[in-house]
Amino acid sequence: MKGFIIKEFYHIFRDFRSMIVLFGMPVVQVLLFGFALSTEVKNAPVAIIDHSNDQVTRAITSKLLSSGFFILSDEVHGEDHIEEVFRHGKVKEVIIFESNFASNLEKDRQAAIQVIADASDPNTANLLVNYTSAIVADYQQEYMKGLSLPVAITTESQMMYNPALKSVFMFVPGVITILLMLITAMMTSISIAREKEMGTMEILLVSPMRPMQIIAGKVIPYVLLAFANAVTILLLSYFVLGMPVKGSLLLMLAESLLFIVMALSLGIFISTVSKSQQMAMMLSMFALMLPTILLSGFIFPIENMPLPLQLISNIMPPRWFIIIVKSIMIKGLGFQYIWKETLIIAGMTLFFIALSVKKFKIRLE
Amino acid sequence: MPIIEVQNLVKKFGSFVANDNLTFSVDAGEIYGFLGANGAGKTTAMKILCGLSAPTSGKVMVAGYDVSHQSEMVKKRIGYMSQRFSLFDDLSVWENFQFFGGIYGLPSAKIKQRTSELLGRLGLESEKKQLLGSLPLGWKQKLAFSVAIIHEPYIVFLDEPTGGVDPITRRQFWEIIYETANQGITVFVTTHYMDEAEYCNRISIMADGKIVALDTPANLKIKYNAANIEEVFLKIARS
Repeated sequence: MKGFIIKEFYHIFRDFRSMIVLFGMPVVQVLLFGFALSTEVKNAPVAIIDHSNDQVTRAITSKLLSSGFFILSDEVHGEDHIEEVFRHGKVKEVIIFESNFASNLEKDRQAAIQVIADASDPNTANLLVNYTSAIVADYQQEYMKGLSLPVAITTESQMMYNPALKSVFMFVPGVITILLMLITAMMTSISIAREKEMGTMEILLVSPMRPMQIIAGKVIPYVLLAFANAVTILLLSYFVLGMPVKGSLLLMLAESLLFIVMALSLGIFISTVSKSQQMAMMLSMFALMLPTILLSGFIFPIENMPLPLQLISNIMPPRWFIIIVKSIMIKGLGFQYIWKETLIIAGMTLFFIALSVKKFKIRLE
Repeated sequence: MPIIEVQNLVKKFGSFVANDNLTFSVDAGEIYGFLGANGAGKTTAMKILCGLSAPTSGKVMVAGYDVSHQSEMVKKRIGYMSQRFSLFDDLSVWENFQFFGGIYGLPSAKIKQRTSELLGRLGLESEKKQLLGSLPLGWKQKLAFSVAIIHEPYIVFLDEPTGGVDPITRRQFWEIIYETANQGITVFVTTHYMDEAEYCNRISIMADGKIVALDTPANLKIKYNAANIEEVFLKIARS
């Protein structure tokens, strides 16, 4: 068994491509998603039309401008010019305060701010509007505090946990999930398929080693490597992207290990149905990677999907793992909040293991 | 005393009969040639003998154990070399020996001793540290054979061991097979080269899942009135 694991490490360390996938990819992906693919907007030029110009509007304006998300661009004189400045692309958003803002707020307890965004880039527009309303809501809360009046301000839950609106916080859980899935499922399925393709599997099966031992010998190295990768990603996201693990680190690692074992049993299952390395690769790519990226809620929110796809996303293991990672890393929740998701992944693990054991036996017949 | 005993072996895949009532035995120390056209059922029978597949009915004893419920005992006592070259290209010669010795549970001192013995016989000791992928095919085949007997099995199964190898290397390969048989290891070999069949002590020829001929090469040539085994084979295949 020990010899088996050593041999598997030789395979990995002597194969340039494996090394790239195992060690280059996590770093590149984390950095890519962390920096290049950032949906964060900084220093967006805005214009402010202040019909009131009292101490409240000035306070809100300075709060907006000191947030770091906005910089004041050329002033726009009157609503007639809004279209013109948008067309020139000089500003991304225009904020309009109604006249008598402060007195309206005092007397009627309500005042209106109009936010017009350049939606030719819908993502940015959406973000900017969200930033603006979050900042205004924040101000409103401060303002109400002095008056000790009951207030009901709703902000999006995302911002509740991610007040800095850092997109990194959204991506890291997804990246961890994808990488663990890729490394464990794809690499194990390919390495077992390679053994079959080369004919060495036959020799191993003729040997006194039991099939379970053979499989264990093949997958243990990948468990270790994938786990090392999970740790690397967490370190990278902490030191490079500044994303802390708010919850228990131990729980996070334990959940990662569970997910690795799940991906692994999926990998074994793929290898039992594929005859060649190519086929294992294709299966992992199309049956695993694409659904992982598209349906797990990593990039596209599950709530926005059509109902059939929402239902399909339920059987995607990564969906549940992303929820777990977000809960632990961002929200800092404990096990009592994620036991259901954990149970689902554990169930899937058992299912795939049972399936591959059955397949493996049939193949031996 | 027979080391392989097969009685009324039947293997069915659904309604297809791959092995139809085979009965034969192989004596210890014998070189037994297992011949037949493609699809005649050789591979199926060989898999059953190696404990990779269970017979539908019949009794198969290998090295004194029943393959259908004592396959673990059988597996410890046999060696196997598949028709596809089957060592690891990205491991060195020594690492391959070490790995395969390990899976047969040999202690490391024994692996060292056997490796130097086997490499010495092949004259490949200086290549010990080389990656297997960098060696010519003929050498690899010989190494694969050495690996198959590293644990000193009672029987070694060779599934078309000389496919794609040049005549000189084939010759050398058979010299090694003879040497191995002289040491008391039984050799069970399938081949498509009819000249190789002549080297065997006894051969059986399969057709459509049945053994249609079984004897020494010399007796078969007399029986079928043929100049060589190739002629015997063709006569059987046509009838």
